[in-house]
Amino acid sequence: MDKIEKALLKQIADLETIPVGAYNIRENGEGIAKNTTANIDIVTKKNKSGIDIIVKANTKNESVHIPVILTNGGFRDLVYNDFYIGENADVVIIAGCGIHNSTCETAEHDGIHSFHIEKGARVRYIEKHYGEGAGVGDRILNPETKINLCENAIMEMESVQIKGVTSTIRKTEANMEKGSRLIISERIMTTENQIAKTIFDVNLNGKDSSVHVASRSVAEDNSVQEFISNVKGNAKCFGHVECDAIIMGNAKVISDPKIEANNIEASLIHEAAIGKIAGEQLIKLMTLGLTEKEAEKQIINGFLK
Amino acid sequence: MVKYTISLFSRYNKYIKKYIESSLSRKEGRMLELKEICFSRDNKKILKNINLNIDDNKMIVITGPNGSGKSTLAKIIMGIEKPDSGKIIFNQKDITNFSITERAKIGIGFAFQQPVKFKGLTVKDLIEISSGNSIKVCDACEILSDVGLCAQEYLNREVNGELSGGELKRIEIAMLAAKQSRLTIFDEPEAGIDLWSFNNLISVFENMHDNLKGSIMIISHQERILNIADDIILISDGVVQKHGKKEEILPYLFSKDNLCYKNKCIQSS
Repeated sequence: MDKIEKALLKQIADLETIPVGAYNIRENGEGIAKNTTANIDIVTKKNKSGIDIIVKANTKNESVHIPVILTNGGFRDLVYNDFYIGENADVVIIAGCGIHNSTCETAEHDGIHSFHIEKGARVRYIEKHYGEGAGVGDRILNPETKINLCENAIMEMESVQIKGVTSTIRKTEANMEKGSRLIISERIMTTENQIAKTIFDVNLNGKDSSVHVASRSVAEDNSVQEFISNVKGNAKCFGHVECDAIIMGNAKVISDPKIEANNIEASLIHEAAIGKIAGEQLIKLMTLGLTEKEAEKQIINGFLK
Repeated sequence: MVKYTISLFSRYNKYIKKYIESSLSRKEGRMLELKEICFSRDNKKILKNINLNIDDNKMIVITGPNGSGKSTLAKIIMGIEKPDSGKIIFNQKDITNFSITERAKIGIGFAFQQPVKFKGLTVKDLIEISSGNSIKVCDACEILSDVGLCAQEYLNREVNGELSGGELKRIEIAMLAAKQSRLTIFDEPEAGIDLWSFNNLISVFENMHDNLKGSIMIISHQERILNIADDIILISDGVVQKHGKKEEILPYLFSKDNLCYKNKCIQSS
């Protein structure tokens, strides 16, 4: 691996060496390294591009790394990854995509991830997106996440777009059975002329299912962000969506939340806020010795932490 | 052995230097001078020609009726508000045109009456920004326990709306303790704080006064805070009515015919 590839892996998956446990590293559309364990199998798909990740029932404290890196401009990578998480398993999955584009052509990665999480299983899913490179070519990432949570299953999803992604459309769809829980935390930063669109579609179908979506974003310069969520309560359930955005420069932020209760026992809450950095926050940090620019940076870093 | 002696000497040298510096500044006495400060808003004169001299290593309490201009004066010292005219001299330097950041760097600190909330910044982040350094857990623990908070419980908590008014207030005071300013201004620290915390607050200020090289200026209506002052300044209707030793001013404040007492701007606890 060269310097650029190593730096991308560090950014998106905190990897400096080959990870422990199961992994599959994909570069420019091809798997370049793979490892399976006694409990976690990774099978390359035959009919289309992608892998099946199969976690045996009752697997505990194991992790799967599936980072993707793109270093060629003019390349569109479309990949289908399916995760099958056995009953009562408890695993951490670290995905993410980094693009280094030094050309003037577009580099694009569209990852379609499906999660089938069996009864009582728990998954922590971390997904980081990052773009860099001196070329004027676009860096496009369109992740799609489909989540099926069986009875009492839990998924915690952390989705972070660090910086440098020209355009992204992020779709997440979840179907939830009895007693299942979904916790989503999203962080997005856009600058220059970047565009980011997030769409959450959550169906709370089972009794006592619950979802919590927390989205925080910062839009700088001329960037445009759109947040769309649609949470449907089809049973006795609880749903909470909160999206907070800091707007700067000439940026534009659209927040379009929708909650739909189809059952008298459904309890759904949505909170949305868009605003510039509060003047009193800047003043407070300046009274502690920071300059206005430093204060702004601290506030944004903290907000997106 | 030689190395040890040198390091010992240099360490003591540092202390001697500090001692000389602090005793020199103590001798000079004057820390802050406000000269003919005027401030108006919406055609209303809020501060009318304020002249004040604040000495070093003093605990000063500014009191007076609501709307008399106390908070505005504090904000003018910190640079949050700009006076329409007048001069501010801090340690013999004219700082009238200094920014908030510059004033913070030369040793002025300010605790807000309504602490500011930050989504995402933790107690630890704010204490580190205040002290200008990364901070050891044991040091943070000492600062927080002084204001009645357990470091383990609070250090990594976000300073957001989930904290109560009293907790935010204590964190605000902890930040100022960490900052170690030559002049620390507290704008009504008792506002929004419960009685238990209030008792501790008095000892926090006493401790700060003992350990801090510099002066503490507190805007307050509380008799018990007035009682720990060295000097008291009474501001009324944008004018300094009285400025003197606590022993001189307190009897005046509590005399029956004093307007301030009648208006109950002083609260006894």
